[in-house]
Amino acid sequence: MSDVPMVQAEAVHKSFGRLEVLRGIDLEVQPKEVMCMIGPSGSGKSTFLRCINHLEKIDAGRLSVDGELVGYRQEADKLYELPDREVCKKRSEIGMVFQRFNLFPHMTALENVIEAPIRVKKESRAAAVERGRQLLDRVGLAEKVKTYPNQLSGGQQQRVAIARALAMQPKLMLFDEPTSALDPELVGDVLDAMRGLAEDGMTMVVVTHEMGFAREVGDSLVFMDGGVIVEAGKPRDILANPQHERTRAFLSKVL
Amino acid sequence: MSEITSGQRFGTSPGPRPEAIKAIPVRHPWRWVAAVLVLLLVAQVVYTILVEADLKWEVIQHYLFQALILGGIRVTLALTVLAMISGVALGIILAVMRISPNPVVSWVSWVYIWFFRGTPVLVQIFFWFNLNLVLPHITVGIAGTPFFWRGPGTNSLITPFLAAVLGLGLNEAAYMAEIVRAGIISVEQGQTEAAQALGMTRLLVMRRIVLPQAMRVIIPPTGNETISMLKTSSLAFVAAVPELFTRGTQIASANFDVVELIIVVSVWYLFMTSILTVGQFYLERYFARGAQRELPATPIQRLRSILFTVHAPPPLPPEPPLSLPSEHR
Repeated sequence: MSDVPMVQAEAVHKSFGRLEVLRGIDLEVQPKEVMCMIGPSGSGKSTFLRCINHLEKIDAGRLSVDGELVGYRQEADKLYELPDREVCKKRSEIGMVFQRFNLFPHMTALENVIEAPIRVKKESRAAAVERGRQLLDRVGLAEKVKTYPNQLSGGQQQRVAIARALAMQPKLMLFDEPTSALDPELVGDVLDAMRGLAEDGMTMVVVTHEMGFAREVGDSLVFMDGGVIVEAGKPRDILANPQHERTRAFLSKVL
Repeated sequence: MSEITSGQRFGTSPGPRPEAIKAIPVRHPWRWVAAVLVLLLVAQVVYTILVEADLKWEVIQHYLFQALILGGIRVTLALTVLAMISGVALGIILAVMRISPNPVVSWVSWVYIWFFRGTPVLVQIFFWFNLNLVLPHITVGIAGTPFFWRGPGTNSLITPFLAAVLGLGLNEAAYMAEIVRAGIISVEQGQTEAAQALGMTRLLVMRRIVLPQAMRVIIPPTGNETISMLKTSSLAFVAAVPELFTRGTQIASANFDVVELIIVVSVWYLFMTSILTVGQFYLERYFARGAQRELPATPIQRLRSILFTVHAPPPLPPEPPLSLPSEHR
């Protein structure tokens, strides 16, 4: 593809104190691509995801979204930190879905969805409400508009969270283990919503343990361990025929 | 379902519903002992007040609704409301400053809390009341430059009432700041991250997401602070503010019925704190929405449910077992 990659990482490093969590990540996500990231816990995949929208600062390397550096501006060979306001603006173009949903408990489902469009994008309330209803309808929650999050099941909460992220009309969606906190019977609805999104051409980076989803929906698969990418390629190839010993050992435990 | 027989260990019992459990309740002899002891104690207190003590009941009755006392109540309420409003507003600002990434702003908040929490509120009221002794005029800016403004005399600006509001309010802000900060910290980190991921700025996250949730933690201690403030406002008597306690002592110094006036004043303080307790209940209920599945019943709702509850209907007559499967399908 001749397009600018949606996400481009070059030698990304990140440490928490003395613990080096990312030790040189190189990868590219093309527009409309669905990339799944798998790996044992502590392998750095969630941290990498959080670096993409600057919830974490990287220590070394280059990370850019849609051709623009994350958190910095480059002039000649100097890097300037972006002011808060611009970091926020960049984040508003990237949707994120969390393992623990993180819905705002003091707001109804619809209020959760329209909050950022009204406050951040300064949309009119009427327009935000109309699209909010459409989005909730699309994830199968049309009749839960006025319900507070704690009266929803985990699967319903996560679908509201997806609608909330989509309400900002993002160009990229990040999913941080979106089904890991769900009862097994509720996982399907959330994965269906994500599959629909992928079919509509959304660019997605998905940290997941759902190998079935990775195989069927993912365009590419990355296996991380110990802060590095061990193996990457087509999901079917890696899942059926892993090349590395560590990948084989991991897959034999989860499949 | 129909294959399950009574011989199996698991399944739906096919027989008729057994009769409800009837058991003799556990006896509680110590409750009776405690009740008798309390009654004896109450009787002793009532006897002492009515017979032994030489109380002038007509004085209490006379002053309970006397104009001076009622005027004092109005001043007490005004002091409490103004001190709490300034205390809460300034407290929220100080709390947000305290956790700001800006080190200067955070440090200013720390110093403020250190100073105003570290000196007695009585001393602070006394200070504002006597400020004119060292500072005859309020001035802003530097003398000799165009940026200099000389205000009116301190005495005409800081009235005794304002001195009390300043002393109580600025002191309260230091305590409220710590209460608000505890509330902010209690909100899960994931809430901030989710809001940030949506592109919300730090202040927007604070105003729309964190503070409304922190309210649930902030409201109960704030209610306590308000009740406490209602009583602490009596310290305004050092600035000769004519609030409830000042009025009471002034009347007592004229007629020497000190204990009678103390009773009058106490009755009013108790009445007002009781009203505030009720208000606190409804405020807590409002901010619990979204946090509890069902809001706690209001006293009126509870009364209604006690008065009008239809007791659970007696168990239906046992149905023939054959009809069970069709009903439960």
